[in-house]
Amino acid sequence: MPDRFRAPVPADQASWDMATSEGLSRAAVSGEVLADLADDDPRIVVLTGDLKYSNRTVDFEKRHPGRFYNLGIAEQNMVSVAAGMATFGLRPYAATFASFLGLLCAEQIRTDLAYPGLPVRLLAHHAGISLGFYGTSHHATEELGLMRAMAGMTVICPCDAASTRAALRSTVDRDGPIYFRIGRGREPDVYDAAAETFEVGKLAELRRGADLAIVANGITVAPALEAAELLVADGIECSVLDAHTVRPFDADGLCEVARSCGHLLVVEEHNVYGGLASACADALVDGGVDGVRLGRLGLPADEYSLIGPPTHLYRHYELDAQGIAGRGKALLDPSSATSRA
Amino acid sequence: MSQAAPAPAVVAEVRRRAALVRRETVRLIGIAKSGHYTSVFSCAEIFAALYSGIMRIDDDPQSPERDRLIISKGHAAVGLYPLLAERGYFPTDWLDEYTRLGSPLGDHPDMRRVPGVDFSSGSIGHGLSIGVGMALAARSEGFAETRPWVLLGDQELNEGQVWEAATAAAHFQLGNLCAIVDRNQMGLDGMTEEVMAVEPIDAKFASFGWDVRHVDGHDPVALLEVLGSVERVQRGRPTCVIAATVKGKGIGYMELSRTWHLGYLAPADAEVALEELAADA
Repeated sequence: MPDRFRAPVPADQASWDMATSEGLSRAAVSGEVLADLADDDPRIVVLTGDLKYSNRTVDFEKRHPGRFYNLGIAEQNMVSVAAGMATFGLRPYAATFASFLGLLCAEQIRTDLAYPGLPVRLLAHHAGISLGFYGTSHHATEELGLMRAMAGMTVICPCDAASTRAALRSTVDRDGPIYFRIGRGREPDVYDAAAETFEVGKLAELRRGADLAIVANGITVAPALEAAELLVADGIECSVLDAHTVRPFDADGLCEVARSCGHLLVVEEHNVYGGLASACADALVDGGVDGVRLGRLGLPADEYSLIGPPTHLYRHYELDAQGIAGRGKALLDPSSATSRA
Repeated sequence: MSQAAPAPAVVAEVRRRAALVRRETVRLIGIAKSGHYTSVFSCAEIFAALYSGIMRIDDDPQSPERDRLIISKGHAAVGLYPLLAERGYFPTDWLDEYTRLGSPLGDHPDMRRVPGVDFSSGSIGHGLSIGVGMALAARSEGFAETRPWVLLGDQELNEGQVWEAATAAAHFQLGNLCAIVDRNQMGLDGMTEEVMAVEPIDAKFASFGWDVRHVDGHDPVALLEVLGSVERVQRGRPTCVIAATVKGKGIGYMELSRTWHLGYLAPADAEVALEELAADA
């Protein structure tokens, strides 16, 4: 075995191998939430591409069969069809794996949604490396870079069921297209299930500390909070920011935090190029903030992810609490490099 | 044909508009100094027929019940602009600034900037999908008389997304959708059957579950008859009209000439071209 493999990780309760799939799934939430919203909003229609059981849009279909469209395995067509629907005043929600939506359909999203400014919502689920051993074809570790570069696009990465629900509910009337980057549905809860506080384009400060700010979104928020707890033992006080909106990015909020603590560790389930870390770097440059140490923790710049159960991969790529805490400590050590990239 | 022959006055209008399209295309590309003359010339009569009573549109380019036209071969937009201006959708002096810095009118059409353009296009292969979405929405939202028309290029049929859309249109029984293939025989690199074969177009669409019709795409009477006979039904087979045309039709040396896919006529040459078009009209 190559020495870059870390020690095998025992299967645990959160691992793919474990039978936890009946737990509260964010994908299931999105099907139910959309069905609830559609009860009062006749504009809402849902499209998917032969994945209604995987993304639970079947829950929407059961309640609104006349407003559900299965386009089969033809994702590019699905995106353009949604665009055509939107010109008639509908609010289409199109759902499939993030790898196929954000990567395969990038040009349709740019040309048919973002350029004409049409209010189509993309539900890009199983994002990042959450499809584990299904491999690179099913991983989406580059699409934030694509979505973030599109004028007029809103990009939202909720971290759990409650925030997915709140994000969907709070954006129904938002202009233009929205890319929702959501996970596999096995994410630990971060927010109170009853919480409805979701403000598009604002960093959510989940914890405040003076030494280091960990900026996370999606699957990395929960381990970032755990890492902050671990670092207390080392005398390190961390802020944890949920950067759920990558575009429009809360540049002012980030610069304020960066100025106050001087050390940012960005943790994302994405290649370290193009995604959340790049959004932070852009904000610092635009804001003229000097002297900040920016650490990037994500998928290595020059690698495609190994295959394996997702939790094992998160451990391997240091996207778990221990990994994040270790990188946080290293970032505060003046002799260390700031990023693995 | 079960319907009466088109009225001579309407046929004359189609001829007049087709001549306007060709003439203005020569003038406008003269401003840009580069453009797709031949791709417009092949569909000049199709545009003219659609805007001479085939499409149901009114003075409001945003009327919800209106028919939509998606120019999936977006590079033919320069031929559409004069017809939209003629309908009063925007001032005719916009044409004089075609493609100049900040102009709403570019080589490919922009729905946000040009009143009367129903969808932005230019990336070949998307248009039929857009039409499918519009047809589904027209049906679900109760616009029983609204029809999306999609103008496809022939070489465009190489794009896989066209066939994804063709599959979906038949699956959803979009009897309110009509595709028109401008079968002008050429792509950019040469004859379609040499570049990448598209035939048999009729058998392909038929096997996908479409109702297929053929028409001489330069004959105003035939176009009015065939396009006018496409029924407006909510559920049924979508319709594909294959219009036999000649790329570059109207200027002898441009017809079926590979080198004129993109080109520019210097003023003296444009004058000669306009004379040829005038003699033809």
